[in-house]
Parts: sequence; C-alpha cells; structure tokens
Amino acid sequence: MSESTLTTLAQNIQEHFPGLIDRSTIANAELTVELRPEHLHDVCLTLRDEPRFGFELLIDLCGVDYLSYGEGDDGWQGPRFAVVYHLLSIANNQRLRVRSFLDENAPLAPSVVDVWEGANWFEREAFDLFGILFDGHPDLRRLLTDYGFIGHPFRKDFPLWGNVEMRYDPEKQRVVYEPVVIAPRVTVPRVIRHDHRYLVEGGKTNG
Amino acid sequence: MAEIRNYTMNFGPQHPSAHGVLRLVLEMDGEVIERADPHIGLLHRATEKLAESKPYNHSIGYMDRLDYVSMMCNEHAYVLTMEKMLGIEPPLRAQYIRVMFDEITRILNHLLWVGAHALDIGAMTVFLYAFREREDLLDAYEAVSGARMHATYYRPGGVYRDLPDVMPQYCASKWHNEKETAARNKDRHGSLLDFLEAFTERFPGYLDEYETLLTDNRIWKQRTVGIGVVTPERAMQLGFTGPMIRGSGIAWDLRKKQPYEVYDRLDFDIPVGVQGDCYDRYLVRMEEMRQSNRIVRQCIDWLRRNSGPVMTDNHKVAPPRRETMKGDMEALIHHFKLFTEGFCIPAGEAYAAVEAPKGEFGIYLISDGANKPYRMKIRAPGFAHMGAVDEMCRGHMLADVVAVIGTLDIVFGEVDR
Repeated sequence: MSESTLTTLAQNIQEHFPGLIDRSTIANAELTVELRPEHLHDVCLTLRDEPRFGFELLIDLCGVDYLSYGEGDDGWQGPRFAVVYHLLSIANNQRLRVRSFLDENAPLAPSVVDVWEGANWFEREAFDLFGILFDGHPDLRRLLTDYGFIGHPFRKDFPLWGNVEMRYDPEKQRVVYEPVVIAPRVTVPRVIRHDHRYLVEGGKTNG
Repeated sequence: MAEIRNYTMNFGPQHPSAHGVLRLVLEMDGEVIERADPHIGLLHRATEKLAESKPYNHSIGYMDRLDYVSMMCNEHAYVLTMEKMLGIEPPLRAQYIRVMFDEITRILNHLLWVGAHALDIGAMTVFLYAFREREDLLDAYEAVSGARMHATYYRPGGVYRDLPDVMPQYCASKWHNEKETAARNKDRHGSLLDFLEAFTERFPGYLDEYETLLTDNRIWKQRTVGIGVVTPERAMQLGFTGPMIRGSGIAWDLRKKQPYEVYDRLDFDIPVGVQGDCYDRYLVRMEEMRQSNRIVRQCIDWLRRNSGPVMTDNHKVAPPRRETMKGDMEALIHHFKLFTEGFCIPAGEAYAAVEAPKGEFGIYLISDGANKPYRMKIRAPGFAHMGAVDEMCRGHMLADVVAVIGTLDIVFGEVDR
C-alpha cells in the first residue's frame, strides 16, 4: 500500500475514534494503531462494519511478550504483554495492525470472537502460549501444548528447553515426566549492533 | 422404547485420512455429526520460539518444515519480511526464479492434495498418477538446491545460486536397462529450464487425465457436491484465504491484489467457485494448476532471454563470493561476520505474506535490532481453516468428515508449527 493511502487511513481512524487511539505509526509501509484494551472490542466492531474501513477478515491474532526487548538503557519501558491483530479488508484492499498493551499481572483482553469468528483458535493459541486471557471467549482451552501442560511456553521467562521431558517407563508401563537433564546451550549469542546505516537522531537505531 | 444417546467417537490421531496427526473428537447422533472438536498440537515444535533463539538466516530451513508440501512458498514469506525490514530488493532474475519456484511449489502441493483427497474418498488411481508428476518437479527442486524437499533455497537478497545448466541423469542398472534409461533421460540432456519446459508441455495433458478420472465421475460428485458448503460471508468470518475463499466465490488472490515480486508482469487468471462446496474447491485447485503452468512457462521464457545476478551485492546480508573472500580483506571480514554472528535487522516490525498454495502464509517479525528475531509469528492458512472444521462438519455424515478434511488441504506442519 502506498504511503498516501496509509496516511488517509490513519487520519480516518483518528477522526472516527477521537481520543481512543493512543498511537498510530506508519513504518515499513504498514499502519499500526495502538489502543487500550477496554476500547478494543468496540473499535474492532466498527472497523469491521464501517464501509470505509471494511476489515471483514481477521488475518492473524498473536500475543507478544516484551520482557527482554532491547538491552540496557534501550530496554523496554512499557507494559510486558501485548496482543496484536492483523486485519485485512477485501473490499478496500487494505491492511491494518492493531495493538493493545495488557497488564502484566493479569493480562486480559476482550474477546473478538463475536466480531470475527476465526479469532476463536487464535485466542486459544495466545492463551496457551502466553497466558493471555480473553474475556467473553466461549471455550478458552489450551490448543497446541500437551494435555496437562504447565506454564505458558512462549513467554520469555520460559526456558527454550522446557521444564519436563517425557519417556516411556517399561517398569511402570506408562509414560513418565521427569525434569529436563540437558543443559541449555547457546551457539550464537544474541547481540544488538547499532548499524550506522539505520541511525536516526540521538544515535539510536530505529526501524 | 430404548433410550437413544449421543455418543463420542475418536477420529485419529493415527487415521490415514487425518492427513498427519489430527485427533478429532466427534459427538455423534447416529451417523450424523453434532459437534467436532479438533485436538491439534501433536506436531507442535515451537518453531516461533526456536527462531527467536537463532540468527535470522538459520531459520530459513525451519520454514520448509512448516508446510512440508509447499516448502519454498514458506521460505518466500520469511525472506520477504526480512527484506522489507532491511529495505533491500533482490535482483530481477532472482525474483523471476522465486516466482517460478513458487508456482512449481503450487503444482506440487495441489498434486499431492488431489491425490490424497481422491484417495480419501475412494479413488485410488489419481494418487499414483499425481506422484509421477511430483517426481519431475522434485527433481527440479533437487537440481537447484540439492535437496528434494527442504530446499533452503531462498535467501534474503535473492536465491542461493543460479539455475544449473545441466540436469543429473539416470544410469542403467540391473532394474533399468539401457533402452529404458535412455527414455528416462530423454528430457534431461539440456538445462533445468529445458527440463521444466518439457514438463510444462506434458502437464496440461496430465491434468486432462485427472479430470477424466474425477470431474464427471458420478461417485466423485456424490462425495463432494453439496458437502462442506461455505457461504462468502462465512468464509470471511472464519478467516479463510486462498482456494478456500475463492471456492466460495470471492476473487481474492494476493498475487493479483497485492502483487509481490514480478507477479504484476505476468499473465494469469484467478479461478473462482460458485457454490462453495468441496466440488467447487476441487475445480478451483485444478484450474490453479493450469494457471501455475502458464506462469512457469512465462518465467522460463523470461529467464532464457535475460541473465544477471541472482543475489544482492549487499554483503551485509549476502555472503561474498568464495574467490573474492580468499583474496580480499573486506570480503573476508564480511564472510566471517555473516557466518559467526549473522546480520542485524533494524528495530521495528513488519508483516509480509505470500499467496501460498493453501492460502495466505504470512510472517510477522518484531526486531529489537539484534541478530535474532525478537518475536516471530507464523500466520499459517491451515490454522484458520482447521478452526472451521466444526462448522463445516456439523450435520454431515461421518464419511463426509473425511471429504471436509481433504478439501481444507490440511498439513499439520503448519497448523501445529
């Protein structure tokens, strides 16, 4: 999408929801709007039904955990969890990203299953992997992890190797769970380079 | 009078027509499905979390293993997202090669789909024919990348290497004598493009063979017409993309509507269904194969006439040539940095999607400026389609569940990730 259509869309959204949009950014030829979770449901409903938005398709819904974002002084200051919606309008051929930051201790977002029914599984997935709760979801069960799994594996404080491993115990004649024995191993360390090609004012890199 | 109760039945996880590992808990009233509750995640490998622990380049290979029947399309979405964030564009020849292999992948995927779908609902022969053609296309994969399935061929900034000038040939053996071997090598004397061109000439005839077997077949129609009907409104509500939404009559294709690479320079049509049932989706996919064949032919034609680089010369993301590396200090440093630390992507976020054979396959990347993604989300088309199984199966008979799963074109590598 061209820069001008994105700017128009951003303006339209600002006009239509005065005071509800906390931030609206255009980067990488994509428009992102941020709003508080309490407005999320109503805004989504309008985004779907208002003809000039016409976002009748929920492409994706995912959770994000910003716990270890950045490093040192550039580290993350905002709330830990966010839920991100990717919307698509077939009628107007436009895309939109909606983000809402959630409270760290009780990450709760309103469910949008009644707006887009396809959100059902995406919300179950975000609940399973990040522990984000969706208010009003008809059937919020774990989706991808094992029956009886403990924890939310995609949170940044959940170890990559997991906590338990399972094997078949021939004596007990059943599958048993035991603490993981392999030690974590990092082959390539994580490093942030402040590449001069992407420098912006203040000496920090920015997308 | 005897008491009549609903009962629950387990379908899978090891059922041959569950297309992988799907456990479906069916609540049934006699032979009619009242509710279907899919239990997925048996193939969950936490690809997204693994990718967060590895440099960007290392995860390209994981993409092949998501939807393991449309390997290169998955890679494509991933490298497109990286290129979007880095602000680089691959050379034109690389874009044509990518488009050509995307369409080869689409044919590969639809061939497996038509074979498996027909096998599931009672037509065995198509499966064998479809695998005959897949063999040639997998040979093309092998010639270009060295691997028959998990190619890791697309790289940020282009493709790994240019198309080969020679095709590998068969040798005579105890099982195949000289004459047979010569017949098998008939199309393999030229370059890869010659081999593919010969294939595209044969292929429409093969498609006619499948259509003779299925399209007007009475049993095939009885099993698919009116089964799993999805209206256009419901298709949008449920987040359908690809042949699933086109089967319901919505002409939505990213290749036309939001063209990436060189799709806007190519000539092809988008087939659209009318009824939104399994039969229409079958017709849509069959026609898509013909259109892909057309695109491949146009790409071959362009690639024959135009040569050029297939990889960007930006050595911050693409390794320098080995000869240069041996003599040039700067090239050596680039090579060393790239293979020890990888490249950093500027902080920010991006979403890029391709029209994969199954629908919109997208990658959402968040970077904090490091050499590894901060968060990667894979938007798999099959995931959204699988979520609709309950609605599509309700009120149908048990045997139709198999037809519905088949028509969704499910691969669990991408659903479970």
